[in-house]
Amino acid sequence: MFIDFLFYLRERGIKVSLTEWLPLLRSLVEGHARANLTVFYHLARALLVKRETLYDLYDQAFAEFFEGVDRQFDLDEELLDWLNNPILPRELSEEERAALQALDLDELRKRFDERLREQKERHDGGNRWIGTGGTSPFGHGGTHPTGIRIGGAGGGRSAVQVASDRRFRNLRSDRVLDTRQIGLALRRLRRLGKDEGPEELDLDATIDGSARNGGEIELIFGPPRKNRIKLLLLIDVGGSMDPHADLCERLFSAAHAANHFQHFEWRFFHNCPYERLYTDIYRRQGDLTTDILKRVDRTWSVVFTGDAWMSPFELTHAGGAIDLYHDNRDTGLTWLRRFRERCPNSVWLNPEPRRIWNAPSARLIREVFPMFELTLDGLSEAVDVIAGRRSNQSLDPSVNPWTH
Amino acid sequence: MSFQQFTGTEKYLASPELRDAVNVAIALERPLLIKGEPGTGKTVLAEAVAEGLGLELLTWNVKSTSKGRDGLYVYDTVERLNDARFGDRDIRDIQRYIKLGPLGSSFRTPKRVVLLIDEIDKADMEFPNDLLHELDRMSFTIDETSETVTAEHRPIVIVTSNNEKELPDAFLRRCVFHYISFPDREMMTDIVRVHHPKLEDELLRQVLIAFYWLRDQTEVRKRPSTSELIDWIAALRRAGIDKKAIEENLPFLGVLLKHEQDHEWISGARGRRTVLH
Repeated sequence: MFIDFLFYLRERGIKVSLTEWLPLLRSLVEGHARANLTVFYHLARALLVKRETLYDLYDQAFAEFFEGVDRQFDLDEELLDWLNNPILPRELSEEERAALQALDLDELRKRFDERLREQKERHDGGNRWIGTGGTSPFGHGGTHPTGIRIGGAGGGRSAVQVASDRRFRNLRSDRVLDTRQIGLALRRLRRLGKDEGPEELDLDATIDGSARNGGEIELIFGPPRKNRIKLLLLIDVGGSMDPHADLCERLFSAAHAANHFQHFEWRFFHNCPYERLYTDIYRRQGDLTTDILKRVDRTWSVVFTGDAWMSPFELTHAGGAIDLYHDNRDTGLTWLRRFRERCPNSVWLNPEPRRIWNAPSARLIREVFPMFELTLDGLSEAVDVIAGRRSNQSLDPSVNPWTH
Repeated sequence: MSFQQFTGTEKYLASPELRDAVNVAIALERPLLIKGEPGTGKTVLAEAVAEGLGLELLTWNVKSTSKGRDGLYVYDTVERLNDARFGDRDIRDIQRYIKLGPLGSSFRTPKRVVLLIDEIDKADMEFPNDLLHELDRMSFTIDETSETVTAEHRPIVIVTSNNEKELPDAFLRRCVFHYISFPDREMMTDIVRVHHPKLEDELLRQVLIAFYWLRDQTEVRKRPSTSELIDWIAALRRAGIDKKAIEENLPFLGVLLKHEQDHEWISGARGRRTVLH
């Protein structure tokens, strides 16, 4: 049962490794949890969960797992069971195997027995059982018929109740972003031209090498370290995008502030790009899209930002553009495909959550560009596509739209 | 040795979660990684742990140019070069040009110390990985002299991060992690009391209403932190401002808000504020 908690956390998406699980065992064997589920909740979180963005997931998993059992759950009993029958995950990484080898199960059992014995003798909440201040090692605030009451700090709320509060909901990374977070995500957007161009004199290494030589000059060369990412940001403005204006503004200002791109340009459009792309959000001034397409090439990445929410005609029909006076000769999809052909490493960021991407227009666009949510997770994935660390596949048209 | 060694100090109130995290890190001899909003007392925690346990504190302030090796030792080649050209010192003894960094020194001290590695995320992405081996084994070798330095007493290592960069997974797996969440009103009342013991109850209540109202405004770009609140109260008290004034016009707002846009926005939003009372 105890080990099930590990598997449960993994199932819920918290990738706990054995390198982290074993120290938790050691800590429990030493009695750090003080037979108290609230303390166990703290310890397990400190040792198993390494990102605050996962705290909420942990809270949910903890509450679900211990719901109903928190009154009878005896950590020592569980631990004893496990020590007598140590089940572990089957697939182990190199690092985990090493951690497992370093762990001496017999020693662990011995320590555990020792502690239990000590606990029985002393029975006074002394050194090892601080925190309860009570007289019984198992007591905590109130008493339970079996003598074990777990959870509840000083008669307060139980660990499960605390976990159910989901205090860390705001820290989740699948929520939308602020400028700094976007900036951080964009920072990962660098592709260094390691294997291209002539080597450059590495001044620092040269000085250091010469000094180490006692003053004899030693020239050291290395690959140039310049970021080669060129970014064209195209933002949908107006209409259904109004509620997302603030978010898009943040993306824009973060991209603008990031000064590590080789080139950065931006344009605006409404719903779908056609012959013209605009430099102002009122879409009065702009350039011909063909001119922009001529300027960019495979080394550029185009990031479309829009809700992909429109009438399908705006994509599939000549003259389908939303603005009545605008009679486009080429369909919206044609324009999108031109961008995709010209700059294969392009993505579409959607500020709407994935679950409502089933609109026909969104689906059509996803068949041209890989689409990501404009959240911390989505942006990271998109960044990986642009940097070439992840496949840039768009949606396969034969896939059932309702399952994706 | 008992588990619950650290319980906070007079000046530093640690939540039970934080206490458990600190103590498990000490007991398992693993680095404790602390994250949290600016101003939630990440750096101060290390001071409090050192004070609470009666240990010395060594600090390594990480900068964007820091290298993992700098923390262990620096081979002062420039000094040796100077000595070679102008000095009359014996430059054959490289030992004298080796200077231990904060991590290296923490291995060499006669007593156990607390080592604070402050703002680890400022350095290069690979920086934390470069330290893994030394933090695990608590020993390192000085290449130039082939000398091995091994820790006599494993230091208590506290690492802080401001989330500027993602830390590598291998490093995270070896750490005990705690995120200091922003204190709620109750905890904040206790914290303020530590710094301003003589503050009137009613004034404190008003100040906190205003403070949390400000933090709740999603349009505020930089949300005020605990340390800024403490400073604000100090400013209010020194000026002898009464509670009525706080309710009405939020004096010395510059202590709390540092962005011009935030000031503009707040002056517009103040009308809406009365709803909250």
